[in-house]
Amino acid sequence: MTYSAIVIGVSSGGLNALKLLFSMLPAGFSIPVIIVQHLSPRSDGRWINLLNENSKIHVKEADEKEKIQSGTAYVAPPNYHLLIEKTRTLSLSIDERVNYARPSVDVLFESAAEVYQNELIGIVLTGSNSDGAEGLKRIKENGGLTIVQDPADAESAYMPESAIATTKVDYILTLENIIALLIAIDKQMRTVL
Amino acid sequence: MTPEVRQDLEISNLLETIYKKYGYDFREYSAAHISRRIKNRLILSGISSVAEMERAVIQDKKFAYQVLQDFSITVTEMFRDPGFYLSLRKNIIPLLRTYPFIKVWHAGCSSGEEAYSMAIILHEEGLYERTTIYATDFNQQTLDKARDGIFSNDLMKEYTANYQLAGGKESFSNYYTAHYDHVIMNQHLKKNIVWANHNLVTDSVFAEVHLVLCRNVLIYFERNLQNKVQKLLFDSLINGGILCLGSKEGLRFTDFFEAYWELDKKHRIFKKKY
Repeated sequence: MTYSAIVIGVSSGGLNALKLLFSMLPAGFSIPVIIVQHLSPRSDGRWINLLNENSKIHVKEADEKEKIQSGTAYVAPPNYHLLIEKTRTLSLSIDERVNYARPSVDVLFESAAEVYQNELIGIVLTGSNSDGAEGLKRIKENGGLTIVQDPADAESAYMPESAIATTKVDYILTLENIIALLIAIDKQMRTVL
Repeated sequence: MTPEVRQDLEISNLLETIYKKYGYDFREYSAAHISRRIKNRLILSGISSVAEMERAVIQDKKFAYQVLQDFSITVTEMFRDPGFYLSLRKNIIPLLRTYPFIKVWHAGCSSGEEAYSMAIILHEEGLYERTTIYATDFNQQTLDKARDGIFSNDLMKEYTANYQLAGGKESFSNYYTAHYDHVIMNQHLKKNIVWANHNLVTDSVFAEVHLVLCRNVLIYFERNLQNKVQKLLFDSLINGGILCLGSKEGLRFTDFFEAYWELDKKHRIFKKKY
């Protein structure tokens, strides 16, 4: 199976989870990663620098109309929704909050599911909000691979629990095992190519 | 034909129909935005497909205007991005002060919150009396709301915080009168605001202005349309005029990157070259 993108939704506890993710992804990891992390609307970009410090792939804030590139991770800017266009570029919007959140995980997941169909991996990590549950369901319906962090392993269990309650997901794993799975999938894809 | 391809085709037909029948052109809007709004409308209205929605748009003018409302961007707030307004006050007001009269164009003003914010800053800086603010939008419904200047009282706490962060000099409550769960903006602030229906996609230059605010509108447009609208904004500015974009918008991928000096990179404030 070839995957063209990984989308990740994460809320409270997210900074630690993402730090671990980016410290473990190897150089040359090819599948683009697109992330919604719930943030204060006035948050600055410093947390992205923290992620970049120990990352071998480039982590950046998503720019509008930016082309999605291999080996790059994009995070939604505070106070904007992040959507994916059919042209595989990024779009931003200031539409109403969804699940009290802007950026909203559901908004990203639903637009990504529509564009990537079964070439998408959707992941819900730690968080204390039900955002992401509907979006992950959409990814599953469109044939994508769905992964949720084991609630027992998550700093905040509510977001993973909501996702599991809404969708029969493909994997429920600890964060470390999720990362190991992503690395294995990416490696296999590159070997086949 | 896969369901996705069919749906894309149906959406493109719907947009053609809206343009031909009603004159509103969404054909070069962000497809992800349009698709999301259409899907929400399908769920809310119980209509089963986009093709059926197209028929409803043809037959039912009221429904068609509902769809126009869906496509329109109506989310805004007073002093949105307070840091931007602080920079405006510090860096741009001194430039505006050099003109005997000032024309400001707020392009895509929605329900007017940012036009009132601008009026407040100009008032506090002693420039409002010699300013005309053209506040325009294609959405007549939100424009009417803007003209009324009536907003929910629930929002005032947040707006007051924004106002203070934006360098506000007075008590924000001086600018409105509360009435139960609503507030009405002071008549004085409305005096020099001209509310007008103008569509950035299909209408042309209507004035030569010193300052253009067009924030969080262009993100909804495809590149070609962004460029076209940037030309309209450029043509509307005097030499040395100021362009203010949304905090995630820029000029890099337009023909106008070299046509401006960047005055404030973070807050996306540009000055048209002489």
